[in-house]
Order: sequence, then C-alpha cells, then structure tokens
Amino acid sequence: MGLEEAPSGFLLTTVENLVGYFRKGSLWPVTFGLACCAIEMMASGAPRYDLSRIGMEVFRASPRQADLMIVAGRVSQKMAPIVRQVYDQMSEPKWVLSMGVCASSGGMFNNYAIVQGVDHVVPVDIYLPGCPPRPEMLINAILALHDQIQREPLGVNRREAAAAAEAAALEAAPTHHMTGLLR
Amino acid sequence: MSVTPGGDVERSPAATEGTPGPDGRPALEVVDVRRGMFGAQDGGDTSGYGGLVVPVVLPGPSERPYGGWFDEAVDVLAELLDASGTGYAAAVESVVVDRGELTLHVRREHLLEVSRHLRDDPDLRFELSLGVSGVHYPNETGRELHAVHHLCSVTHGRRLRVETTAPDDDPHVPSVTSVYPGADWHERETWDFFGLVFDGHPALARIEMPDDWPGHPQRKDYPLGGIPVEYKGATVPPPDQRRSYS
Amino acid sequence: MSPARSTASGPSATGHVVDDDTTGVPSFEASGGDWSTIAEEAARLGEERIVVNMGPQHPSTHGVLRLMLEIDGETVTEARAGIGYLHTGIEKNMEFRTWTQGVTFCTRMDYVAPLFQEAAYCLAVEKLLGITDDVPERATTIRVLLMELNRITSHLVCLATGGNELGATTIMTVGFTAREELLKVLELITGLRMNHAFIRPGGVAQDLPAGAVGEVRAALRSVRTYVRQLEDLMLANPILKLRTQGVGYLGLAGCMALAITGPVLRSTGLPYDVRKANPYCGYETYDFDVPVRSEADSWSRIGLRMEEIHQSARIVEQACDRLEAMGPGPVMVADKKVAWPAQLALGTDGMGNSAEHIREIMGTSMEALIHHFKLVTEGFRVPAGQVFQTVEHPRGELGVHLVSDGGTRPYRAHFRDPSFNNLQAVSVMCEGGQVADVVVSVASLDPVLGGVDR
Repeated sequence: MGLEEAPSGFLLTTVENLVGYFRKGSLWPVTFGLACCAIEMMASGAPRYDLSRIGMEVFRASPRQADLMIVAGRVSQKMAPIVRQVYDQMSEPKWVLSMGVCASSGGMFNNYAIVQGVDHVVPVDIYLPGCPPRPEMLINAILALHDQIQREPLGVNRREAAAAAEAAALEAAPTHHMTGLLR
Repeated sequence: MSVTPGGDVERSPAATEGTPGPDGRPALEVVDVRRGMFGAQDGGDTSGYGGLVVPVVLPGPSERPYGGWFDEAVDVLAELLDASGTGYAAAVESVVVDRGELTLHVRREHLLEVSRHLRDDPDLRFELSLGVSGVHYPNETGRELHAVHHLCSVTHGRRLRVETTAPDDDPHVPSVTSVYPGADWHERETWDFFGLVFDGHPALARIEMPDDWPGHPQRKDYPLGGIPVEYKGATVPPPDQRRSYS
Repeated sequence: MSPARSTASGPSATGHVVDDDTTGVPSFEASGGDWSTIAEEAARLGEERIVVNMGPQHPSTHGVLRLMLEIDGETVTEARAGIGYLHTGIEKNMEFRTWTQGVTFCTRMDYVAPLFQEAAYCLAVEKLLGITDDVPERATTIRVLLMELNRITSHLVCLATGGNELGATTIMTVGFTAREELLKVLELITGLRMNHAFIRPGGVAQDLPAGAVGEVRAALRSVRTYVRQLEDLMLANPILKLRTQGVGYLGLAGCMALAITGPVLRSTGLPYDVRKANPYCGYETYDFDVPVRSEADSWSRIGLRMEEIHQSARIVEQACDRLEAMGPGPVMVADKKVAWPAQLALGTDGMGNSAEHIREIMGTSMEALIHHFKLVTEGFRVPAGQVFQTVEHPRGELGVHLVSDGGTRPYRAHFRDPSFNNLQAVSVMCEGGQVADVVVSVASLDPVLGGVDR
C-alpha cells in the first residue's frame, strides 16, 4: 500500500499535518497592545514590515474571533486579571506569544507593580526577547510559532507529547543549579 | 544642628524656624543622618569608615534679597497674607532659593489661602498647576511627608514651588482642587503612592494601583518588591536588597 | 487642620477591613467620598441606567485606557476614565539605580516620545549638579535634533493611530511608513528604534556617526512627501471633517483649570509652548513658530499637529546646519566622573572596556583603578536639593521633579506627564456627545498610557 499505487491527483498526508497546515495558515491575533512592544507590533503590521505577507494582518478586536494573543509589553498587577480574562474569552485552539522581556520575565522592572512574567497568568507558547524586539524579530517569532503549530500533535499523540514534555521538565536541572559561564 | 561625638545629630530648632545657625550661615534642613559606609552595619568594621556620620541636609532658608522677581513675588504674597489677617509669618515657614528656583514652605493649614492668592492676584497669577509630587523623608520627625506643588505663571513666565509637610501619624494636607481643578488626579496619585490624605478632595480614591492594594508603594518604608533572579548558578537579589554604597 | 476634614472627605475605597470571620484575609470596603451617593443613585435608577465599560482591552482607546461611560441612547451622559493598568513603578525603580542608569528607566515611560523624558531628566540632573552651562554645544544641538525628530514621529503616530481608530487604515499605513523613515535615522544615531537611553546627564552617549546629518536631511525629504500625502488625505476629507469638527471641544478656561498643555491648549488660541516660554537647550536661538488654532476641537488639533511637524522639520534643518558648521567636538562634559560610561572603548566582544583601556588602568595607576571601581559600582554623587525641570513634550508640558539627598541615586524622581494630566479632560470632552465621538476625543488628546501610568 505504498504511495506509488495511489491514483494521480491525490496527495497523502496525516490528519495532524493537514490540521496543522490549516491552523497555521489562518492565525488571527487579538489586538492586545500593552506598552512599548505594542508600538513595534503596530509597526510590524504597517507597510514597511507588512505582516500581511504571511496572512497575519487581520488583528481582531474581539478575543472571541482570535486565536493568537501577542502579549506586547509589561503586565502590571492591575492588568493581570484582564489578561487572563481576554485569554479565557478566546476560543480553542489558542496560542500565546510573549513579546519582549517584560512580558516574558518582568525584565528590568523587577518591582511591586509588574507581574514577573506573563506565564504566571497564562500559558505561553513562545517567548520573544528584546526591549522592544524589532518587527523582524516579531515576524521571526510568529514564523517559529507557525512551525510549532504545523508540527502540533493531536489527540493521544498530543497527550503523550505533553507527558513527555512534563517529564523532561521535571528531569531538567533548575536554573540556579546550572553552572558555567553566565552567558 | 549639632553632631555629637557619639554620632547623634540633634535637630536644632533653627533648622525648622528658618533663623541662621550658630555660625551665621543659614541653617540647613536635616532630613536624614547617614552612618558608616559600604552598607556594612552587621559585621565587624574593617574599613575604618564605620563611624562616619553624615547628616543629609537640603538647602536651608535663604536671606533677602532672593534675586530676580523672587523678592517682588514674595512681597506681594506677604502683603496679601498680612492684609487678610493670616499673617505672612504664620503661613510661610521659610523661603528657599536654590539652583535658581523659588520654594515656599507653607504651613498646611494655610495652603489653600496661599494657593488662592498665588492664582488670583494679578501680580502673581500662577494660573497653571503642574501637579503635586509627594516626597517621603522617614527620618525627618514630625515632617515625614512632603507635598510639593509646582505652579507656573503663563502670564509672567514664572515658576515656583510650594511645599507643605505633614507628620506620618496625621497625614493630612488640604486639597487644592477647589483652586486648581487640574490637581485632582495628581492628588489621587500622591494619596495612592504616599498615603497623604488631601482633605476636601471630591473623590480621593486610588488611581494607579488596584483599589484593594495594601500600602502605599512609593513610601520609603515600602520595599521595592522585586524578586531574586536566578541564572546559571548565580542569584541576583532585587536592586533594593543589594549592597548599597551610600 | 482644614475644617472640611470629615469622614465624607476622607479617602474613598481604600481601607482594608480585616474581618474576624475571614481570619486575616483582607476584605475590601468601598466607603467615603461620593460612594454613598453613587450607591444610592445606582439603586434608584436600577435597570434604566446603562454603563458601558470601554477598555482596558479595546482597539480604540489608545492602549490600556479604561473608560466607563454612562449612556442614554447614543448620548454619553457621564464619562470616567480608569487608569493604572500599565503602572510600572518606574519612579520607585529609579530610586535604586544610579543617576546615569535612571535614563534607561525614564525613557520607557512615554514610549512614543522617549527622548523627551531623557532630555528632561538629564536637564534636571545637570541643574542639580550645577553643570548646565558646561554641557558642550554639540551635545545640546544633538539633543535638539533628536527631540524634534522624535516630535515628528510622535505626531505621526498620533495622526496614524487616530485615523486607524476612526477606521481609516490608509492614514495609519501612511503615518507609520513616514515614521519608519525617521526611525531608521534614530537607529543610525542612537542604535535603537525606541527607548534609546542616548541622552545622558552631561551630554549624549556618542557623537553622530559619519554621514548622519546627510541621512537626517534625506529622511526629512521623504517624510515631507508622506506628510503631504497625509495632508491631501486628511485636510479636505469630508468624512474626517464630519467626524471631528466640533467634537471634543475644550475651551481656554477649561484648559487652564485642568492644566492642559500642548496641542490641546494651543488649539484654543493660546500660544503657550515651553520652548518659547521657558527655553532650554538653546531653543531661544532657533527660528520657529508656535502654531495656534482657535476652534478648540479635534479637527483643529489634527491641523495643528501637521503644522507642528513642519515647524519641527524647520528646527531639525537648523540643527543640521549648525552641526555641519561646528565640526567635530566633545559631546559630553569634561568631568569624567559624570561622563562615564559614555564613549566606551569597547572590547572585541562588544562588551565592556577594551583590553588596552583596562591595561592602562590596571598597569599604570592604582588611583585610577580605585576611581574606576567606585564609579562603576556606585556612580557619581549629586549635591542635595531639589529641582523641577520642564520640557515641551509632543503632548504638553513634561515636568521632572528630582530630589537628591547627596547620594549616588535619586532620592525621589517624579514625572509630571502631560498625558496623565490631559486625560482628566476626557469627562469634559465626552459628556453630552455621542458614543462614537468618545474615540475621536480621546484620539485628539493623544494619551500614551505608558506615560500616564509610569
């Protein structure tokens, strides 16, 4: 039952591959600008960098119509419940891109007002460093996320992959046990 | 103000009353006393700097002439305050001219009247309030909280600063919103960050922090609230818990 | 104490009440202020009252601004603004960093106009140090050049996002394309597109790279083309006129009472501009006009910002001429304590000092090593005192209140941000208007929430 026996005009693939292909091809981000990074996010959508080249220029105003949340900027303690609410309002499947160091880890604002990483509030699929990251970096992160979505397993495979990832995370050395050069 | 060999700095009454100190120079405003160096308070002092005592002083009251338009403005204000029965000396604690800027230290019970004169008199006409900034001096006993109003006169092209103080256990200053409605949010912000209650403010609610936030985060006794950062075997404490050199 | 002091005038909605039943879990009580009247009114009106919550996640509120609108049909009867969703604690963070490091923090306040916070902060630090007159002429001219380029980009963002919020995407695309031209130049000069931290106490971090002045002139030419496109697109557009004319009115009396400055104040006819009223960085020596309008509505503010772009371009050209005429020179004060770490001789890995520099310090002078160590670990000291410095920000008068206790870090840094102050006008501008006009009014105020919340 090899590929060569299929009649012409057919392409064979897996459901996972096909679903991943469709999902990554119609990723709609929610307009969720917080701080400096939001300006760079807007610049990415503007003609010079032109996110529409990869079919991403439709920023949805309503989270219910979006499947990607780009957390662009520092998340304050006051904003954290709203970030979570927006995330909850998005329909599955959904992804989160943490744009900039403030959203990823609190960055330079290690203080009372800022949540030290948006992953305390919502699960993050991809982290993008930079303060703020350039539009090219955002586009690169989105393309990396596309790749991730394309390869995303489904059903039992997904559960197995999640279990394997968790086991690997439990095995891994915590950062404060790592040694070596600080770079 | 005197510094005793034991390292105690006594606040002389001159420091607040605005009269010259014993050596004839104007007394300075002591806000804090710094001891030792390199932040090593707990261990044995091998540096030899442990006994260092440095009073932290802000510029003290100035002598006339203040220079420029400052004399004229203060004269006009004094005239108005004397005419209204309040008395210039009762309302204005001291006048500080430093780095080309005029600061009026006003007693809080007369802040509203002084602001009204500053805004309304045609020779003063400070019609623009550029907001209120709080400053917390935890070691300036009885005057811990300062509310610093910055005023601007578009008519005359002048700027001045009106400073009011309140003790920590009675953190009340009058609100100037009846004179400068634009001070509304600035006073809410100062309440939010410093716990200064502006009496007479129409709705003194928190503005920047969530409504149920405990404490007033920009006071000096409120920690910065950072977390230690771990990276490859190294732990970097938040900036306020690192060794400080001054 | 003021006789007005009573429970009614106390702080509202602030107290933590620890209830015995909840054993230490802080419960929250809303009281004081006008809470009782609000609660009474809410109970009375019941379902007749419609309160629309707009934001903080809303595409047309210019960031994380929250507006609470009480509406009657399409008419806004009451508007309140809720802010603080981007409060970053920058002022507190600055108290734990050296005077030079403070620039890195304050540049991130109003991220659309970062160079103005840097300039205001550095001017204030220089005033505290008493070195205002020692700052080299070349550094001051570079500051003016950068600030005016930044003013153009900021106004372009204002026009672009304002257009976008009205649904006119072309205005946004043209505005952002023009902004990119200037960002290329800013990146060439400062190394970053935003959050530059380029202006430092005592001067600027680096001299202009070779060919920068030519690039500035070239960028200005293309920006002028784009601005002409924007003018063609906007200034005779009947839809834009219908949406903005007579909307968001705030007269001179209202502006003065609420201390509104910047284009909103100038749209009422008062030519108040800090660059003219209280010059800094030698603005009195530049030839430029302060455009004013008299209609005091959103439409006049659009035209005003267009004119300000042209005036800023004039200043940029003059600054370019001066930079070319004056030739190379120092861009930092001669005092090496204040100047560090500008103009570092970088090592091969791009980090830290070069090997030759370290060899010189380590090998030739013990004192140099001690000084270097002290400077790097604690920074320079600033004499005790307080100053207030204002600059003309694209959105109004930006004030910096700095207090020093004689140490190596600011004792208190407070920024009087124009966006923060101007947002107080939202209620006055929106009440009585239509819901759709709220977006127009907020766009004409041009608040940047990073500056509002700091």
